[in-house]
Amino acid sequence: MSIETSLAARSQEENWLPILELAVEEVFEIMLGSRVKPVSKDQHTLSTEFTAMVGLAGALCGILTFCCDRKTARELAKSMLGAEIADSEDQISDALGEICNMIAGNFKNKLASADGQCMLSVPTVIKGEEYTFYSLADGDHLETILLFENSPIGVSLQLHS
Amino acid sequence: MDKIRTLIVDDSSVMRKIVERSLRQAGLELEKVLEAGNGAEALALLGNETVDLILCDINMPIMDGLEFVRTVSAQEKTKGVPVVMITTEGSESHVVQALTAGARGYIRKPFTPEQVRQHVLPVVGKKS
Repeated sequence: MSIETSLAARSQEENWLPILELAVEEVFEIMLGSRVKPVSKDQHTLSTEFTAMVGLAGALCGILTFCCDRKTARELAKSMLGAEIADSEDQISDALGEICNMIAGNFKNKLASADGQCMLSVPTVIKGEEYTFYSLADGDHLETILLFENSPIGVSLQLHS
Repeated sequence: MDKIRTLIVDDSSVMRKIVERSLRQAGLELEKVLEAGNGAEALALLGNETVDLILCDINMPIMDGLEFVRTVSAQEKTKGVPVVMITTEGSESHVVQALTAGARGYIRKPFTPEQVRQHVLPVVGKKS
């Protein structure tokens, strides 16, 4: 079985959601000094005012997205940069893109077979909610909501089969 | 070596600030901090500046970190400057590629100031 085949099969057979959530929790704890915990999707409405995305290619193909509202995005940037933050939209977008990038990297590094066989794209960040997200990735879809300082953040991984 | 001149290469300006802060938290006294958004920008800076340490991402547009390290290691003016990679690419193959290209250290994102201390201080001649 090739690495590509085995990873595609594993994404169907194994529950990768806890691994994705752990990847998110580690990035927040190490880089932002904050603890986040997964919560029920039914109890929180997710805003997509800021959406960061990173593509995965190779043994693991798909796209990882990270979204939150504007206020939370600003707080995330402040947590990363400390008091020195210039409160610009560019810097907030940059911070969100880097968080998304680290989550994607941390997630794939936790999957032994993906190690070295999967590349990440540079991050892209969309501002504003007036868009429709359409991905050709037709495989497993992982989605979780976590609370950052009582504000919901969404992390989603859409994989090719 | 007391104060050092450093070059931080990352396409994220936020990450460049975080790396700089982590270097200071690691106990390094920074005389000068240069920043570049990709390998090509960094090479252009190195044409006019001299640095004691380079921290470099791998995934960047225009020129990635591995090509940048190979170039730095091959150039007479820069081949003695230690380069430490700081990247989300955590695989063994990436580590081997980076070290083969000439990098002296490898830090995976997300990283703690302690990890920066452990990997950076030895390459600039300080005890970690």
